[in-house]
Amino acid sequence: MTNWTIDGVKEAIAAKKISARELAAEHYSRIAARNPELNAFLVLSEERAYAQADRIDALVAIGKPLPPLAGVPIAIKDVLSTRGTTTTCGSKILEHYVPPYDATAVERLEAAGAVLLGKTNCDEFAMGSSNENSAYGPVLNPEATDRIPGGSSGGSAAAVAAGLAVAALGTDTGGSIRQPGAMCGVPAMMGSYGRVSRYGLIAFASSLDRIGPFANNARDVAAVLRTIAGRDANDSTSTTAPVPDYVSEIGKSVAGLRIGIPKEYFGEGMDPEVRKKIEAGIEVLKKLGCKMIDIQMPHTDYAIAVYYIIATAEASSNLARYDGVRYGLRVNDDSLLAMYRKTRGAGFGAEVKRRIVLGTFVLSAGYYDAYYLKGQKVRALIARDFRDAFSKVDAIVTPTSPVPAFKLGERTNDPLQMYLADIYTVTGSLAGIPGISVPCGRIYGKLPVGLQIFGPAFGESRVLQLAHAFEQAGGATV
Amino acid sequence: MKISREEVVRVAELAYLDLSETELETYRKQVDEILEYIGKLNELDTTSVEPMAQVLTDDQTADATLREDVEVPCHGAAELLKQAPDPEPPYFRVPKVIER
Repeated sequence: MTNWTIDGVKEAIAAKKISARELAAEHYSRIAARNPELNAFLVLSEERAYAQADRIDALVAIGKPLPPLAGVPIAIKDVLSTRGTTTTCGSKILEHYVPPYDATAVERLEAAGAVLLGKTNCDEFAMGSSNENSAYGPVLNPEATDRIPGGSSGGSAAAVAAGLAVAALGTDTGGSIRQPGAMCGVPAMMGSYGRVSRYGLIAFASSLDRIGPFANNARDVAAVLRTIAGRDANDSTSTTAPVPDYVSEIGKSVAGLRIGIPKEYFGEGMDPEVRKKIEAGIEVLKKLGCKMIDIQMPHTDYAIAVYYIIATAEASSNLARYDGVRYGLRVNDDSLLAMYRKTRGAGFGAEVKRRIVLGTFVLSAGYYDAYYLKGQKVRALIARDFRDAFSKVDAIVTPTSPVPAFKLGERTNDPLQMYLADIYTVTGSLAGIPGISVPCGRIYGKLPVGLQIFGPAFGESRVLQLAHAFEQAGGATV
Repeated sequence: MKISREEVVRVAELAYLDLSETELETYRKQVDEILEYIGKLNELDTTSVEPMAQVLTDDQTADATLREDVEVPCHGAAELLKQAPDPEPPYFRVPKVIER
């Protein structure tokens, strides 16, 4: 059983080798076979999927031109609102929540012909690095089922890796797209902050949250990103910057590009086998004619500390909305304030509560300057590291994660250890720049390694060109 | 120690978050460890650094994206009310707020 690609779907549907309905059915039967074990999907939207597939098949029947993602089966992380389909954020507090509207990214995918198979599992409110914080049970890594798929978009990564969807949307706040992409062995990208509208994305940390694709190759990542990117009047943080045609630009030569290799991303805590694969990946880029330049990013080591101030502060504010009044769980009490407290105490899981405690604390009177303001200042220094670097290089290459997928339960009792799994991804999140993780070999027989490529803000085309060239040159099997 | 038990109690009050005795102590220890780690930021002198509150510059957001201030109807109100735990259209019903 092989994984479909977007081009493969396009050709097969246009040539009438398969109908969109048959293709959706094929994916639902794959899901029926594997999902009971993997737990990648939380809910399926079969009625909506088949209705869309039938619309595509009707276009094929009358010979009408097909939209760019016609019939492509896609999975959506369960933090993105889907009209008529439950959207739980992996939380008990939203167990029965059915949004009355679609997120803009979802709407744009469907308008481009994609078939929405269902919603994928994730860490509760996207808070986690292993998918073990879902209230609906962990996702297993399809490449090694005793291990975590990464997180927080673990369900989306696993669905694409296992061939249960041709592409998927995830969200990335500190690495939640790129890290599970690396651990499940599929390309996964976050565009620049402001590149994709977040209307309908249930907020975690608003100065960091981004939506982006998982797919089987860089070209498919480009096709999905092109579809969801661009200004949306419903999100004031979506920019008016024009959206290039990432797909048609993807084949451009990368010879002569200057690639920065920051030594801070190759320090202690990194699995030596990961290092070997990344070094082999760098050799592939050299053979493509890229010039490697050693650079310094002196504030890298502070990124996790900054991230866990800013992300938790913003989360404590964003999650104030779950109060048992307008939607979601309510635990009754005679007094309003007691109702709030009981509802939130019962509805949120451990990691979410821990982050609300930390985030409320760093914002509270007496601690604001020492923590939150300090965090914002060091964030500026991290962003400056990237600006300085991009005055000398066209892109930056690092490992995506210091370690491959770890075993279920291995880090659950030590939140700080879990946070450190994001050490190479949070920097780009804080700086607002685009980044992709592409497969870069396997270690210990089967565990995927991801190579991360950062570009300057709104430099998605360059990032995708490098990812594509790397893939074409055999980077995935170094 | 960076955070005391009393401070966790106070923070939980501020956040309207019921925590059990066990949760209080577990989170206190874990958050304390994280704050200890965060303390490494004090190695950096940031007196002359402007805090970064937002990634985008003004020309990318506010100025470029402000719309005309015109009234638009909200068609989703009835649907939204259906999601409420205790709706009484067109209102959300809540427990008593003010004691007589």
